[in-house]
Amino acid sequence: MSQVAPHIETQHHPIKLYLVVWGGLFVLSTCSYLVDYFGLVGYLRWSLILIFMVLKAGLIVAVFMHMAWERLALLYAILVPPTLVLIFVGIMTFESNYTLFSRLFFFVARP
Amino acid sequence: MVDMPRTNPGAGITRPAGWAGIVADWSSDQRAFKNVSWGKAMMWIFLLSDTFIFSCFLLSYMTVRMSTVEPWPNPSEVFALTIGGRHIPLILIAIMTFILISSSGTMAMAVNFGYRRDRRRTAILMLATALLGATFVGMQAFEWSKLIAEGVRPWGNPWGAAQFGSSFFMITGFHGTHVTIGVIFLIIMARKVWRGDFDQERRGFFTSRKGNYEIVEITGLYWHFVDLVWVFIFALFYLW
Repeated sequence: MSQVAPHIETQHHPIKLYLVVWGGLFVLSTCSYLVDYFGLVGYLRWSLILIFMVLKAGLIVAVFMHMAWERLALLYAILVPPTLVLIFVGIMTFESNYTLFSRLFFFVARP
Repeated sequence: MVDMPRTNPGAGITRPAGWAGIVADWSSDQRAFKNVSWGKAMMWIFLLSDTFIFSCFLLSYMTVRMSTVEPWPNPSEVFALTIGGRHIPLILIAIMTFILISSSGTMAMAVNFGYRRDRRRTAILMLATALLGATFVGMQAFEWSKLIAEGVRPWGNPWGAAQFGSSFFMITGFHGTHVTIGVIFLIIMARKVWRGDFDQERRGFFTSRKGNYEIVEITGLYWHFVDLVWVFIFALFYLW
């Protein structure tokens, strides 16, 4: 079908690329598992977990899902909206802090 | 049924690079995603909506975890297994992660062989992906039965905050459902590839349309998304 013909030409990547990314994902997963295994805590733990998570997600979306080779119009239409979830995260952080405050202040039995 | 018009309005049109190109694409006639087929564009839009569903689950998990006054059960201990006399924290989840990543690897290669029109290798790799996915679901079933046997319920558990159970069953349950649907999807498409539907342009059962090898990539998009969601669940639910 002529509709996909121009697309097919762009998706011929060597198998090696996928194997390298696969290996990278294995290493990153091992690293994030080791964070738990060695029992790291605090900001070190949080930042390492989030860095490995973002790197893994980036590799999957960019290479496995071919986003790196898609037209920018599609790339931005798909990848920009999820970043707005971060605003939602901010709102819910505020909300849960308030809920926690109310629970501690009004409902936890005082001596 | 009338065939789709075989012209591609986007092919061969050169656009300015960067933002000017995006504006040109979005303000143009007929279609915004110029060289992207409708099947792929719709799968991406579906995945975007699914992203919001999983975001809402993870956000509600974050909210209940941050606002509870009870201690949250330690996932590292809850999901530990004793293998060969050694107590290994979170090992089951680690193995599940590796299995799902491997299935993404085989899927990516299946897509590649699909575009090379290598019917046999594509089908075998898709079936390998489905097998790894089924293994993942099996391990999840094991995990669920282990936790249920230990007394975890959506309304309570022996270790602390009651919200742990409800978040766990909701999030992993929805993810497991996605994996299961993906396995079924993969098996159906692998059968079509194996039979040579896309080489002979055989018409589909539901749509009566001719398929092509791009469906392997679209199936792959769904499968990689399932893996992608697991990356976030692994980091935010199990490791946090």
